[in-house]
Amino acid sequence: MSATVIRGGQVIDPANKRDEVVDLAIVDGKIADTSAIKNHKAETINAKGLIVAPGLIDMHVHLREPGFGHKETIGSGARAAAAGGFTTIVCMPNTSPAADNPATIAWIKDRAAKTACVNVLPTGAISKNIAGEELALIGSLGQAGVIAITDDGHCVQNHELMRRAVEYARMVGLPVLDHCQDYNLVGNGVVNEGYWSTLLGLPGWPAAGEEAIVMRNILLAELCDHHIHCQHISAAGSVRLIREARARGVKISGEVCPHHIALTDEAIQNFNTNYKINPPLRAKADVDAILEGIADGTLSTLCSDHAPHAGFEKEVEFDQAPFGIVGLETELGIFIDQLVYKHHRIDIVRLIEMYTVEPAKLLKLRAGTLSVGAPADVTLIDPDLEWTVRSDQFQSLSRNSPFDGWKLKGRAVRTIVGGKTVWKL
Amino acid sequence: MSTNWNRKDLLGLRELSSEEINFILETADAFKQVGAREIKKVPALRGKTLINFFVEPSTRTRTSFELAAHRLSADVINISATTSSLTKGETLKDTARNLQALHADILVLRHSSAGAPQFLAERLKSSVINAGDGAHEHPTQGLLDIYTIRDKRGKIDNLHVVIVGDILFSRVARSNIFGLTKLGARVTLVGPSTLVPREFEKLGVTVSNQIDKVLPDADVVNLLRIQHERQRKEYFPGIGEYTTLFGLTKERAKSLKPDCLVMHPGPINRGVEIDSEVADGLQSVILDQVTNGLAIRMAVLYLCGGIAT
Repeated sequence: MSATVIRGGQVIDPANKRDEVVDLAIVDGKIADTSAIKNHKAETINAKGLIVAPGLIDMHVHLREPGFGHKETIGSGARAAAAGGFTTIVCMPNTSPAADNPATIAWIKDRAAKTACVNVLPTGAISKNIAGEELALIGSLGQAGVIAITDDGHCVQNHELMRRAVEYARMVGLPVLDHCQDYNLVGNGVVNEGYWSTLLGLPGWPAAGEEAIVMRNILLAELCDHHIHCQHISAAGSVRLIREARARGVKISGEVCPHHIALTDEAIQNFNTNYKINPPLRAKADVDAILEGIADGTLSTLCSDHAPHAGFEKEVEFDQAPFGIVGLETELGIFIDQLVYKHHRIDIVRLIEMYTVEPAKLLKLRAGTLSVGAPADVTLIDPDLEWTVRSDQFQSLSRNSPFDGWKLKGRAVRTIVGGKTVWKL
Repeated sequence: MSTNWNRKDLLGLRELSSEEINFILETADAFKQVGAREIKKVPALRGKTLINFFVEPSTRTRTSFELAAHRLSADVINISATTSSLTKGETLKDTARNLQALHADILVLRHSSAGAPQFLAERLKSSVINAGDGAHEHPTQGLLDIYTIRDKRGKIDNLHVVIVGDILFSRVARSNIFGLTKLGARVTLVGPSTLVPREFEKLGVTVSNQIDKVLPDADVVNLLRIQHERQRKEYFPGIGEYTTLFGLTKERAKSLKPDCLVMHPGPINRGVEIDSEVADGLQSVILDQVTNGLAIRMAVLYLCGGIAT
């Protein structure tokens, strides 16, 4: 029997409504009752002054394998996750080949088993090759072990095809995640349509391009009576639509990325491609609406949309650069700093809940809790630690972060997966 | 002379102060006189190498820069997109670093991507002169337009400048807006609502969709080319309707004040944004713009080239 006890920390376990200074016991990779280790020799971790949280879940990352191992591998992405305090990550299917078939899912799971230090849960594509034209093998993907379907990075434009995908996913029992982007409205847009796009002459990506698909998803969630989760919400109108629909009981939800609350489109003025993200950084009114949506529960999950790209790929003309930034190693710090300390929108308990209970509920995961018998995935957080982001020290293979040099307060200091410490500050 | 100038690059007019803009205009005055001499050449940039790097096609601007550089006694090489390694998949950064390794002192860049000149300026020791980047800026065009107005009207302050056409996709419009407003002009943008979004009002200008209401009060009318090749057809229903609603026709030109200047950055679509009679009429200063462009570009090359060492 292997036993560990985490001593003297503040255990915050929203799933069990616990928030108390107490010891936490781990036996053979599972959370145990402290009485179970009374007569055994246990490794001790001193957690005085730290928060002991269920292992955090990032339900939106791009690990780039198969196909783009120069940007990130499943192994390096998992190390980045561990360094950011995450014990479970959900990877998107826009790889090469796309994760639209059971063989690719099997490959990802095999690769994760061999190289990843955290739990890697794959999603499958909605449409074949993420092309938005025919349904992917959604039933087979479910059998292969995907936990949701999404065409993330792309968006099914054909509402009829999307309707059938949602109906089919309901049968299979898979939640549907959607990247909300109307291709006609967005066109070749690369930055938020507004003052800065006008000033800089960069093609605009209007908020309505997101809101139109959020509205579509609300209608389809109602029509099909199945859950649709809107990914990386960026626009005020989307928050309002989701709020109204949830009030009516529609099975719709939305997630927030740190850059959409920490930055506005003002950041693009020097054409730095580390501010080029899809959906784009928006105006202050949008940031305010997202903060309000977090505070009132309209937006229920936090995630990074970790999107690694090699330096040479990002260091090109702005409109030709790929969208996306890395986020796994900065997101917790940004969210604690912004949501808890700067804007006082939620407390640390709710923040942990949005990273654990909420995604676990949405994706039906056996994770995000410190219940006795649950896998011993634990994140130790120092909410008072002041630190500076150094992108050159990232575990990720990529460095495309707009937060390099930011001073933040709060970060994970130890990450435990299945009872084993996989990362320690 | 260059004590008032400390920039190695000219990327846009937004970043310049009114003093810097005026300094370029004054420097251009001196170079314009050179153009009137029998020997039109000065040794200001002798021994320096200028590369005209035009990733997007251009005849007028490239020729103007080339001639300006020759008149300053610089050595000039022209590279176009089709003859550069960009077609072989080389990145802009690598191409430019290679040009710098050849000891190019000044790089004049025309590029379809907004921000491309700034991208290079931040990475190269050479001077980078923006010869038009996407829909962002075309500073030497803005400067030559301002120079022409100042030359003909004696001032910029308090003049009412009307810019007509495809503003949304126009780098010429943006450079004019930034430069003219800094020098105290009143600017009105006119065009279809799809090509002149209200958002432009936040740049300190007036937006109108009714040309007939605006023309009688104009001191300058600057007509932008309607760019067929770049338009997506949903921006307006057709060229004929555009001319009906916004073209500077012979009839409309009658409502102009007698001393109002008619300008166009070229190339002109006769019969579309402007009637031939107006383009060639007494109020037209379109060819003066071309001549002044040479003096402006000499001034810019001289000032920036003198900083980059």
